[in-house]
Amino acid sequence: MSSSILFDTPGPRARRNVLVINIVGALVIVALLWWIIAGLAAKGQMEASQWDDFLKADTWMDYLLPGLANTLKAAALAIVGSVLFGLVFGIGRLSTNWLINGVCSVVVEFFRAVPVLLMIVFFNIFIARTLEVSSNSAMWAVVSALVFYNGSVVAELIRSGVHNLPKGQREAGIAIGLTRGQSLRIVEIPQALVAMLPALIGQFVVILKDSALGYIISFNELLFYGRTYSSPNGNVLQALIVVAAVFIIINFTLSKIATILSRRLSSRGVGKTKPGAAALVGGPAGLEAVEPGGAKPTPDKP
Amino acid sequence: MDNYLSIFTEYNIPGALWVNIQLTFFAAIGALVLGTILAMLRISPVASFAAIGTSYVNIIRNTPLTIIILFGVLALNGQLGLNLGGGFQENFFRLAIMGLAIYHAAFVCEAIRSGVNTVPLGQAEAARAIGLAFMPAARMVILPQAFRGAIVPLGNVLIALIKNSTVAAVGSVSIEASSVMKDMLDVRADIVIPIFLTFAAGFVIIVIPVGLLTTWLSKKLAVSR
Repeated sequence: MSSSILFDTPGPRARRNVLVINIVGALVIVALLWWIIAGLAAKGQMEASQWDDFLKADTWMDYLLPGLANTLKAAALAIVGSVLFGLVFGIGRLSTNWLINGVCSVVVEFFRAVPVLLMIVFFNIFIARTLEVSSNSAMWAVVSALVFYNGSVVAELIRSGVHNLPKGQREAGIAIGLTRGQSLRIVEIPQALVAMLPALIGQFVVILKDSALGYIISFNELLFYGRTYSSPNGNVLQALIVVAAVFIIINFTLSKIATILSRRLSSRGVGKTKPGAAALVGGPAGLEAVEPGGAKPTPDKP
Repeated sequence: MDNYLSIFTEYNIPGALWVNIQLTFFAAIGALVLGTILAMLRISPVASFAAIGTSYVNIIRNTPLTIIILFGVLALNGQLGLNLGGGFQENFFRLAIMGLAIYHAAFVCEAIRSGVNTVPLGQAEAARAIGLAFMPAARMVILPQAFRGAIVPLGNVLIALIKNSTVAAVGSVSIEASSVMKDMLDVRADIVIPIFLTFAAGFVIIVIPVGLLTTWLSKKLAVSR
C-alpha cells in the first residue's frame, strides 16, 4: 500500500491483521448483498416475471432504445453547442477589451450559478409558448439549458487552460511578431484545448447525466420511456435499475477514456492535463469554483 | 411593473427558496457523514473496504441524480412501501433529502480524498522520522493539512448541492423553487422571462456568498508549501 500517505508499508503482523480484517470485510459485503436481495425477494421483487420484460427484444426495440437514441441525440447536440458556446465566451473572457471581457464574465458566472433544472423548466415554456415552436420543444428546452450551463463551464475550462500555460508561450508568440490575438489563436488555445481534453470529456458525462432531467418536462428520453413502460406492469423499481445501469455503463466508459487520455496527454505539450472526473449534476459554480478533482477554472488557486 | 410585482404577493418566492435551503442543509449533513465514512473506507489499506468505497463512488457518481431521487419515491416508497414518517409532504421531503445525501456523498468522498492527496509524502516521512506513531502522525501532521486541502472541493460540492436541491421536484416535493416557478410560468405566460430571472437571481444570491466564503476560507487556511 505504498500509494497511501497515511499508512506505512505493513510488516508481517500488520499484513496478518489486514488479511483478517479483509476476510471480515468481504463477509460483510456478502452479507449486505444477501440482505438486499433477500429483502427484495421477500417483497416479491426478485420474481422472474418482474425482470424478464427487460430480456425481451420488444421492450428494447419499442421503448428503451428509442429513449436512449433521444438521450444521445440531445446530449450530442448539447455537447456541440456547449463547446461552441465555451469557445466564444472563453476567448471573450481572455479579451483585453474591458467591455467584451465584462459581458462574457457576467454571462458565464450567471449561467454557472443558476440550477440547470430551473433553466430547463423555463426554456420548456419559453420555447413552446413565447417562441411557439411546437415540434420537439421539450428536447430543445433540454438542449438549450444544457448548452448555457455546460458552455459556461467549458468557457472556464478554456480560460484556465490558457492561464495554466507557461508565460513563455505567449512571450515567444509576441517575440516572433504575432499580435496578442494571433498568439492566442495560433499558439495558446490549441495547447490549452489539448490540455483540457480530459476535463472536457468529464463534462460530457455531466451533460449525459443532466439530460435525464428532461424527464420532468416529459422529454421522451431513456428515463421517461423506462418509467412509462414499467408503470402499467408494476416493475418501476426494476426499470429504474436497468435504466441506471445503461447510464452507468456509458458514463463509466467516458470517465475511463478521460483518465487514459489525461495520462497519455500529460507527456504532450506544455499545458498541465487535469483528470476529467465525472463532475456533479449541474456541477459546481460560484465565483471561483474549482471542479472536484477536475479542472481549476482560476489559475491562482492553492 | 405592477404586473410583475404582483407575483411577489401572489406567490411566496422566498418561502420556496427557503425549502431549497432546508433541503440543502439536511442533505449536506447526511452527505458529509456518509462521504467521510466512504473516504475512510477508500483510503484504508484493507482491500475489501476500499472496494466498497470505490464501487459506491463509481456507481453513484455515474448515475443521474434524477434517477436516484425517482428511485426513492417510486421504488422505495411506491413499490417497497418504505415510509420515512411525517405527513404526506413530509415523507417526500425526507426521501428527497435521502436521495440528495446519497448522491452527494460520493462527491464528498472524492473531495476529502483529494484533500488527503494534497499532503506531500515527505510530511508522513518527517512525522515518522521524529518518532510519531501512526495515530499521532495522522492526528497532528497529516489530517489537519488534509482537511485544509479539502475546503475548496467541499465548498464546490455544497454549491452543487444547493443547485441540485431543485431536482427534489422529481421526488414530488412541490413546494421548492423549481416547482413553484413552473406553476407561476404556467399561469403568467405574459412575464415568463422576469419570473425566470427572479428565481435565477435568488440562486445567484445564495450561491455567490458560499463561493466567496470557501475561497476566503481556503486562502486563510492554506498550507504554504
